[in-house]
Amino acid sequence: MIRVGDAARAPSFPVAARRALGNAQLRRNVRHATEVIRNKRAVVVSEMTDWQDLRDSAHEIKDHVLRHLDFYLEQFEDNCTRAGGRVHWARDADEANRIVIDIIRGHDEREVIKVKTMTSDETRLNVALEAAGIVPYETDLADLIIQLGEDQPSHIVVPALHKNRAEIRELFLRTMKLTALGPEPQDLTNAARTFLREKFLRVKVGFSGANFAIADTGSVCVVESEGNGRMCLTLPRILITLVGVEKIIPAFGDLEVFLQLLPRSATGERMNPYNSIWTGVRGGDGPEEFHVVLLDNGRTIVLADEESRETLDCIRCGACLNACPVYRQTGGHAYGSIYSGPIGAILTPQLQSMQHSTSLPYASSLCGACYEACPVKINIPEILIHLRRRIVEEKGAPLGERLSMKAAALAFADSSRLSIAQKLARAAQWPFKRDGQLSKMPGPLAAWTASRDLPAVPAESFRDWWKRERGKS
Amino acid sequence: MLISLFTTCYNDTLFPETGKAVVRVLERLGHEVEFRSAQTCCGQMHYNTGYVTDALAIMRHFLRVFDGAEAICIPSSSCVAMIRDHYPKMAAESGDAALCHQVDALLPRVFEFSELLVDKLGVTDVGAHYPHTVTLHTPCHALRSLHVREQPIRLLRSVRGLQLVDLPREDECCGFGGTFAIKNADVSVAMLADKIDCIRETKAEVCAATDNSCLMHIGGGLRRQQTGIRCMHLAEILAATAPAAMPGSPAR
Repeated sequence: MIRVGDAARAPSFPVAARRALGNAQLRRNVRHATEVIRNKRAVVVSEMTDWQDLRDSAHEIKDHVLRHLDFYLEQFEDNCTRAGGRVHWARDADEANRIVIDIIRGHDEREVIKVKTMTSDETRLNVALEAAGIVPYETDLADLIIQLGEDQPSHIVVPALHKNRAEIRELFLRTMKLTALGPEPQDLTNAARTFLREKFLRVKVGFSGANFAIADTGSVCVVESEGNGRMCLTLPRILITLVGVEKIIPAFGDLEVFLQLLPRSATGERMNPYNSIWTGVRGGDGPEEFHVVLLDNGRTIVLADEESRETLDCIRCGACLNACPVYRQTGGHAYGSIYSGPIGAILTPQLQSMQHSTSLPYASSLCGACYEACPVKINIPEILIHLRRRIVEEKGAPLGERLSMKAAALAFADSSRLSIAQKLARAAQWPFKRDGQLSKMPGPLAAWTASRDLPAVPAESFRDWWKRERGKS
Repeated sequence: MLISLFTTCYNDTLFPETGKAVVRVLERLGHEVEFRSAQTCCGQMHYNTGYVTDALAIMRHFLRVFDGAEAICIPSSSCVAMIRDHYPKMAAESGDAALCHQVDALLPRVFEFSELLVDKLGVTDVGAHYPHTVTLHTPCHALRSLHVREQPIRLLRSVRGLQLVDLPREDECCGFGGTFAIKNADVSVAMLADKIDCIRETKAEVCAATDNSCLMHIGGGLRRQQTGIRCMHLAEILAATAPAAMPGSPAR
C-alpha cells in the first residue's frame, strides 16, 4: 500500500492550521527557529557569485535523471552490487517495511539504530518494526526528541523545531529518568550522548536514509551535523539504507553542485560537518553487510505527470519551509504529513494519487517565496496551481465554489453582463452596508468579514463614470 | 501616446477612484487615454483557483478587446503578472497557433502603471503634491514576478510634501492570496496581523501599493482594528496635485 505516514487520516489543512494558530508557544518557537535559519542562509548564499548558475545546474541534473530514471537506477544497482552491496526494490511502503524486517530477523536481531531517514517515516517503519518485535532507536538528536516525546516531526531538516530548550529539558528528565539536568545546550547534548552511546556500541543493525545515491559509482551519501549518523553508518555489523528512487544522481562529480547547494539552503552552513559517502562493503572497515532498499511508493505516479514531475527534484533542504509565510504561522504539523511546508503541499497529495490531502494545494497565498528559495528551482507556485486544476477537473472542488466560479466566468465573458452583476451586487449589499463598508457578511464572505472589513460596491463603477464623463461606451 | 487603460474587474467594481486617478495622471502628462468598454477581467482568479478552462475563455476575450492597442496600462501588479506569466503557457497549451501569436504580440505592450511611467515613459516626477507620511507595501507579484520594486519608490520620492518611510519585512506576503483569504481565512489573518504590526511600526498615515487587492486585505484589517491608517493606491497619490484639488478617496 502506498502510504505517506498518516497523511491519509489527517484533518484538512484549515482545521489543523486553526489548532496550530492557537498554540502560542509553538508559534513563538517556529518563528524564532525559521528566522535564525533564514538569516544564516541569506549570509552564506549572498557570498556565492554563481548561486543562480548552481540552481540551474541542479535543476538540469535532476531533470535529466528523471527522464532516464530507469537507466540510472539499474546502473546504481549494478555498481552497488559489484561493490558488495545488496539492492532490493520496494513498490510501496509495506513492501519496504517487510524487506527491512526480513533482513533484521534473518540475523536474529531485535534492535536497530536509525538515522537521517524521513523516508522511513513515510513508510511508518517504526510502527511495523515494533509490531514485529524489533525496537528502533532514533539517533539523530531531533528525531530522538520526537521519538521520546511520541511526537510528530514538524520540519524537514529540523524535525523538533517546534520544541524549545526548556521543553526538551523536561522531556529528557522524564523519559531518560534523570534526577538532575542543567538547562544549557551542553547539558542536553551530554544527556543525549550518554543515552545514545551505549546503543551505538551495542546494537548490531544500523538503518539510514540517503541524501544521494550515485549511479556511476554505486555509492550512497548522507550529510549531517552531529556525527551520530557517522556512528550509525560505521559501527553496526549490518547496515540498511532506504532510498527513494528520486534520490539518484548520475555521477560522483554531480555532488560538486549539490553539496554546495544543500548545506547552505538547509542549515545556512557552507559545508555539513559530516559528509559520509560509502560504496558497498569493505572487509575490516565498517559494516560487513550492506543493503539498499529502493523505494517507489507513489514516486513513479508523480513522475508520470509532466506538469508537476519536478516535485521529485526536491533534495529535502527545507529552505521553502523557512521562507514560507504560511509555514511560519502554523509550523509543520498542520500539513498532516512528514513533508510539510510548500514542498509538502505539493508532494504529499501527489504521492497519494490526489486521493488524500487535497486541502494542501490551497495552503498557499502563491507569494512565490518558496520558488525563490528553492536550490533546485522547483516552481512550487506553478505546481500548486496545476494541482488545484487537477482537483477542479476531477470535480473535487466544493459545489459552492464551482457555481461561483461559473457565474463569474459568465459575467467576465461579456461586459454588459459584468455591468449587470455590478448593479446586482450594489443592490444586494444594502442590508449589510455601513459607512461604505461591509463588516458582517453571510456565506463564504463571512470568512473574510470575521476579521476584516470589506469595501462596499460604490454607487458608480469606473465604467459608468467613464460613460457619463467621457460620453463613450 | 494613446494609452489603453485596463482598469481590471475589481478596480472597476470596487475601486473606481484608482482608474480615475490613472486617467488624471496620464492626461496630465499629455497622453491620451482610452477605455475599451468591452473589457472585463484578466482571468487570474479562475486560473489561480484551478479553473483553467474558464481562465482561457477570459484570456481570449481580453485578447480580442485589446487587439491593436499601442500600450496597455494596468494599475494592478498581480493582473500584469497573470498576463506575463501565464498567458503564454495557456496559449501554448491550447494548441492554437494564432492564439500564441496574439499573446506574443500583446506582451510587449502590457505595462503595470508604475512600470509604464518610469520604464516606458521615463517619468518619475508627475507633478504630484501629497503632504503625508506614506509607507509602501510591495505586492509579491510585483516583487518576485514583475521585479517592480524601485519604480513606485522613485515616483513617491518625487511627490512634493510626501515623506516615505521604509516598511520593515517588505518581502513578506500580506496574506491575501486571492481565494486563499477565504479558504484559509485563519492563516490569512495571522499573516495580516504580522503585516499590520510592520505598518504600525512605521507610524505612517497611509499605506500605498501598486495593487488594490493587497490593499483591500490590509485596509480591511487596518479599518477593523480602528488603526486610523489608510490604504491608497499609488495612482491616487500621484493624481493628487494640491491639498484640495483631489476629492477624498474613501478609506479602505
